[in-house]
Amino acid sequence: MIFKKPKNTLEGHGKFSVFSRKNFDPKNFDEELSVECLKCKKSLSSSELADTVYVCPYCRYHFLLSVRRRLDFICDKGSFTEFDSDLTSSNIIGFPNYEKKLRNAKMESSEQEAVVCGKCTINGLAAAVFVMNPYFMMGSMGTVVGEKITRLFEYATEKNLPVVGFTVSGGARMQEGILSLMQMAKISGAVKLHSDAGNLYFCVLTDPTMGGVTASFAMQADIIIAEPFARIGFAGPRVIEQTTGKKLPDGFQSSAFLLQKGFVDDVIDRRRHKRYISRILKLHAREVAQ
Amino acid sequence: MTAYKRVSQARAKGRATTACYIENIISGFAEMHGDRRFADDASIIAGIGRLGDIPVTVIGVEKGKNVKERGLRNSGSAHPEGYRKALRQMKLAEKFRRPVICFVDTPGAFCGVGAEERGQGQAIAENLMEMMTLKTPIISIIIGEGGSGGALALAVADEVWMLENSVYSVISPEGCAAILWKDGGKAKEAAECLKLTAEDLLQFGVIEQIIAEDEKIYETIKQKLIHTFEKNSAEENLTEKRYMRYRKLGEIQ
Repeated sequence: MIFKKPKNTLEGHGKFSVFSRKNFDPKNFDEELSVECLKCKKSLSSSELADTVYVCPYCRYHFLLSVRRRLDFICDKGSFTEFDSDLTSSNIIGFPNYEKKLRNAKMESSEQEAVVCGKCTINGLAAAVFVMNPYFMMGSMGTVVGEKITRLFEYATEKNLPVVGFTVSGGARMQEGILSLMQMAKISGAVKLHSDAGNLYFCVLTDPTMGGVTASFAMQADIIIAEPFARIGFAGPRVIEQTTGKKLPDGFQSSAFLLQKGFVDDVIDRRRHKRYISRILKLHAREVAQ
Repeated sequence: MTAYKRVSQARAKGRATTACYIENIISGFAEMHGDRRFADDASIIAGIGRLGDIPVTVIGVEKGKNVKERGLRNSGSAHPEGYRKALRQMKLAEKFRRPVICFVDTPGAFCGVGAEERGQGQAIAENLMEMMTLKTPIISIIIGEGGSGGALALAVADEVWMLENSVYSVISPEGCAAILWKDGGKAKEAAECLKLTAEDLLQFGVIEQIIAEDEKIYETIKQKLIHTFEKNSAEENLTEKRYMRYRKLGEIQ
């Protein structure tokens, strides 16, 4: 069960080789293994990948990254304190098989929900941080995700802290119906109050960031960067192909495409994230409320 | 009535569209076109007029009344420029202290190449953020289909009302069925699961009231709007209340 491929309900995966993941799952590496890069097909060792934060050293392909590995890389050692780790979803609208789906997601991801929130320091600079979890129902946003991120922004507003976020999501969680959709508005409100109080919100879009997450907090940051080769968009590629009856061009909805169209500030290699983020935080430093 | 029957009613040909509501509720309506950035999106009608004695801004998604008009209006699936046009009018409403009325009737924001290129997600995201703190009263009424993010982009409001045969959902029943059972034909079952009727949403606290679809509907809506705006215009903590309205949805103890 642990080695089961994460269920990815996003459309189009597999059609574009860069976006396909097959059965590879770097979070399961405890011992030395050899892995083929999904893009350039070169053989890589697991320890080599751990050293490069799961970026292929040959072609820069960015593998999916578990929440904890990302936090380990971004936060100063021992500085991360998690918030609301006990919040778990329940089947609030009585959707068929949702309990089972949640149970499986918890088992597959070893996490309670699709986002982890907390505070930390990044090269000595304090920040509130959220990291979405690709292994929990493809990072889908239900009421617990909405509540945790809202609380994080409220906390950061109160403490005058910047928020650093990492998104990966298929969008709003269908199994919680309209209440999932309402989380888009709820989080947007918290982001706005944080922003109006003069605080920085920095967001990193990772592969994939889609639907209701793109249409809310992923696109609301003051500074938005994307990981290379990420798919970022509102509608899934298959839906667009069905609607328009045309094949989509290569690289459509890729981070390079968003950069070209003017919707992200930069595309930055994961290995440079910590240095880049701390540089930006330093430029926005303000007094932290006690 | 089954959930899917409501869906069919909400989508039915001949059902009143935004233009009908404007014609019957608003006097002296002057339509305002364009987002000043890219184009004018005919899927969204925006403008100013009078509600009784009150000058108001009206914004609504328009599906079109016949085949030809539906083509022109893209069947009520707006592009980013539509949401940006709406936001521009809301900002003007704030400036001139006019209340905002939104009519929502959309299968969803348009899914296409141009929509993605021009930032469909970003346009919706900006509306959600700006509407939350817009310093003027906003009432949104779901008059037909409330399709996901494309509907929410005009429904961050002080109160949201639904007509008795309208629906409001995170995903269409067809889309839900396609994901769940790999069979878009099972939309009927999916509609039940999604809890998308006005009664369901009233129970969840997502809407404030359900409006009966009888022959007095335009007059009813008009009187309710006048009454609510008179109450809200004296409200001091309008935007705080708006935030709390959404803050409590899906709140976990």
